[in-house]
Amino acid sequence: MATQVLTTPSVTVEPELCKGCGLCIDACPPDVLAFHKKFNSKGYHYAFYLGEGCTGCGVCFYACPEPEAIVVYKKGYVPEANEEVA
Amino acid sequence: MATKILKKPETFYERYERNPSADKKMPHYCPGCGHGNVHKMMAEALEDFEVDDRTILISPVGCSVFAYYYFDTGNIQAAHGRAPAVATGIKRAHPESIVISYQGDGDLAAIGTAEILHAANRGENITVFFVNNAIYGMTGGQMAPTTIVGQKTTTTPYGRQPSNEGYPVKVAELISQLDAPVYVERVSLMDNKHRAKARQAIRKAIKNQVDNLGFSLVEILSPCPSGWKLDPVDSLKWIEEYMIPNFPLGVYRDKTKEVQPYSFTRFEPDEEEIKKQLGITRETEKTFPKQEVPQRYQNPEIKVAGFGGQGILLLGAAIAQAGMLENYHVSWLPSYGPEMRGGTANCHVQVRETEVGAPMVSNPTVLIAMNRPSLEKFENDVQQGGIIMYDNSLIDVDPGRKDVEILPVPATKMADELGNTRIANMIALGALMGYTGLMSRETLYESLHAAIKRKRFLEINRKAIDKGYEFGQSKRV
Amino acid sequence: MAKLLMKGNDAIVRGALLAGCRLYFGYPITPASEIAEGAAAYFPKVGGTFLQAESEVAAINMLYGAASGGVRAMTASSSPGISLKMEGVSYAAGAELPCVIVNIMRGGPGLGNIAPEQADYNQVVKGGGHGNYKLPVLAPNSVQEMCNLTMKAFDIADKYRTPVFILADGYIGQMMEPVEFPEPVMHIDRKDWALYADAESKHNLISSIFLDPEELEEHNRKLQKKYALIEQNEIRFETFMCDDAEHLLIGYGIVSRILKTAVEKLRSEGVKIGMIRPVSLFPFPKAIIAELAGKVKNILVVELSNGQMVDDVRLATEFKTPIHFFNRMGGVVPATEEIIEQVKLQLLR
Repeated sequence: MATQVLTTPSVTVEPELCKGCGLCIDACPPDVLAFHKKFNSKGYHYAFYLGEGCTGCGVCFYACPEPEAIVVYKKGYVPEANEEVA
Repeated sequence: MATKILKKPETFYERYERNPSADKKMPHYCPGCGHGNVHKMMAEALEDFEVDDRTILISPVGCSVFAYYYFDTGNIQAAHGRAPAVATGIKRAHPESIVISYQGDGDLAAIGTAEILHAANRGENITVFFVNNAIYGMTGGQMAPTTIVGQKTTTTPYGRQPSNEGYPVKVAELISQLDAPVYVERVSLMDNKHRAKARQAIRKAIKNQVDNLGFSLVEILSPCPSGWKLDPVDSLKWIEEYMIPNFPLGVYRDKTKEVQPYSFTRFEPDEEEIKKQLGITRETEKTFPKQEVPQRYQNPEIKVAGFGGQGILLLGAAIAQAGMLENYHVSWLPSYGPEMRGGTANCHVQVRETEVGAPMVSNPTVLIAMNRPSLEKFENDVQQGGIIMYDNSLIDVDPGRKDVEILPVPATKMADELGNTRIANMIALGALMGYTGLMSRETLYESLHAAIKRKRFLEINRKAIDKGYEFGQSKRV
Repeated sequence: MAKLLMKGNDAIVRGALLAGCRLYFGYPITPASEIAEGAAAYFPKVGGTFLQAESEVAAINMLYGAASGGVRAMTASSSPGISLKMEGVSYAAGAELPCVIVNIMRGGPGLGNIAPEQADYNQVVKGGGHGNYKLPVLAPNSVQEMCNLTMKAFDIADKYRTPVFILADGYIGQMMEPVEFPEPVMHIDRKDWALYADAESKHNLISSIFLDPEELEEHNRKLQKKYALIEQNEIRFETFMCDDAEHLLIGYGIVSRILKTAVEKLRSEGVKIGMIRPVSLFPFPKAIIAELAGKVKNILVVELSNGQMVDDVRLATEFKTPIHFFNRMGGVVPATEEIIEQVKLQLLR
């Protein structure tokens, strides 16, 4: 499968690694992150990407205290094979 | 090339195997805790500067006591407050390491105040991250040194009162008063803009060490939602509203453009050089033959006493030195403890055919008294049949003992005649040896080389020994 | 190599450097300051570092940091300073860090005075800080031993991953005797647990934390096994005229020197008396003491303390032999005659 250059920035939040603190949601300039209705296995309402509007600014990445809950993909990123970029 | 992806820095372990919790992927910090942000910024910088392999992180006591779960670097966990001292030790052991002392407010600004102040003052080439959240998180919300006035904690249930607890300690200001630190900045995590600044400060503080510029400290005003009993987002507002007015943000010190980088060179001398530098090689390995010594003078237990400045200790040391050169077992013990005060000096010397047991001489066979108080103090301790030698140019009374040999030597007067009062001790040395025949003149000359530091004094001391020796010989019985 | 006349404190510095120690962290205190001064003079001459710390607490923690780096490092102090260091000593024991700590004991409690006592025996020999740990403790009684046992201390420290104490007193520190210096140690093996600031060692962790009680228990059991091994391998003592002895004197450090002279004098009077001197205080030479105790009528233990080592003698002999005790405190050192008098009074009656 050929890799494709990302044309729209994107963000993923790993539900099981999110503590639901809400700092990314508070920080997000285009306001495209929100609490999910569901709980993760720890009992937190985790954050999730609404699916469009991410500018790839990376603000949420630094607002998030968790090491790997959030990944931000900027425009021009070339995903690895099998990598899911939301 | 700009980064196209922001993800977990490689400086973090893939899985946190050291965490005993079943979950090896999620750090132990509470939701919204600022430690996570600081960790992430540090990890990113260490990866970017490609120094994670040589980085050693010192974890403190406090919530970040387990920082070593996360960082794929060398890790040391330190006692409460002592991280800067531990950092100093490892940095001195491995100057090429990148050492980070990571500390909270209780650790750094209360129990570890001395350590941080002095590590900063020495300009240790380390990086300190000081996470200030105005409360003790780990122990459950007690007052911190940086707790602000009026703030309620479990140990200030009515709010911090300056009349009882004083004021918050301002670390960035304090450290920046010292000469050595190259970079001190206070930043906060209260919003996007400030987090970006914090990230830059953290990078700079690490880069400074990579460039060997010296001591850097970044104070980070950081949220503790659990300790403050606020939700994470409100915690950020609390920083802005209550912490910033007490802890103004900004660069307090930046000498990074002015300072010369540290340089260190390894010096690893070889065996011969080590021995030479330690002063344990001798140019010659001279030994001197023992003399025929009358039995009553053998195995002398000698006490030398006088006032400070007479060279009493040196006289004793010269006897021991000479004894060693003639292959005797010897010991020399100076008066010790309170006796040393008040201008009197004495020492104990043993010169024996067999191993020396007790080095102290309470009942000497030979007393060398160089002033009157010494004679009076020790005269009666001398063993029957022993020798009392005294400087009769300074002592105007005669020893009363009839059961010992009395040898008056006008040592100070003879020294004066030679032109230097200070060599009276060597006249006494010569006189004792001339009188008893215990050691040869050649041995005494040689002993001077070790006992006299300044070579230009050797000649006059030699003369003094000669003079004393001849005097002593003339008094032999 | 020729012998050199040297002070005990200077011999410690030379011994440390000959053992390959290159880092010294210390704080001035009488009567141990001369070690710091000697270290300040000689460590830099061979590529080492001397650092005067801001406190005893900082000094021991610098040592903790340096020892984490797998290098040979040391500190020295005297009684009140050792009390301050004990937090760090416990951490170093818990984290199993090899290092050498010298205690030139002085009079206590509190500020006490600067004269020689042996009142820190319990503190140092039984551990001193919090937790289930012990440390090898070596007690030199001559200037030669100040050098040799310091070197030995570094070997023991590395071999067992433990801090090691040199326990001496102001007399041994201040006195001069001829010393024959051993050859310098030129190579120290890389330690697989230490941090060398490289990729190979970075997964090592220096820590005394074991949160899980079972894990901490396991760690403690491991430590106890190590101490048992040390008890097997590292016992050091000196006996003097014990073969036909009917009476036994026991003392360490400066006291043993006085006891030796007392034994010589008493022997010349026809008294069948001998002496044993523990050189290692932990491990304590229990077996030989028990063996000798079985052969003698009675024992006199002499200490410059309120009676600390004497308890270990009692345990070693299981109270089977009458144990007498004589002590001086406050910095008073007994003369040989005083010991002889005590022997006659307590043992020969």
